[in-house]
Amino acid sequence: MTLLLDAFTIVAVSAGTFFFVAGTVGLLRFPDTLSRLHALTKADNLGVGLIVLGLLPQATSLGMGIRLIGVWLLVQLAGATVSQLLARAAARRNGART
Amino acid sequence: MTVFLTLAGIIILATVAAGLWRILRGPEDAERMMAAQLLGSGGVAVLLLSAVISGIPAIIDIALSIALLAAFASAAFVLEAFGTRGDEPADRP
Repeated sequence: MTLLLDAFTIVAVSAGTFFFVAGTVGLLRFPDTLSRLHALTKADNLGVGLIVLGLLPQATSLGMGIRLIGVWLLVQLAGATVSQLLARAAARRNGART
Repeated sequence: MTVFLTLAGIIILATVAAGLWRILRGPEDAERMMAAQLLGSGGVAVLLLSAVISGIPAIIDIALSIALLAAFASAAFVLEAFGTRGDEPADRP
């Protein structure tokens, strides 16, 4: 059973790491601000989310698992609101310039 | 298992470091803030991994506070750079 959990952890954490790398590469390579923001939120939400998902079976106690999910929820909420703010700020600044 | 988690943590740190390069080059202020946000969530991910690796659950609380601070940093940036209503920079008193 633990082998199954370990395999699940390896798959989920590597998927999370992949999304981190993909998001960061997107942040560096995409042409304009909004598409970079799009790439960033992928790394933000999916990366941390999959890593938390992968770490859940490794949690030693129930409290630790709940706190892991709590961190993931906070990152999700913070990421979503911050992306909206940054997108509006970037759009307004581009709009103001044209 | 811990070796694998450590490897994942190192990879994430390396990508976050690469993402920080955007701060140097980024023409827009918003992109610099994005790189800071990426640093925040990258830090959260690495802290969570190290919490499981070292078996100390208290590190998860540190990750929680870093996630909170990253959100505040971006909110402060938007508030300061674009005025309280998000329109033109607040040159008014």
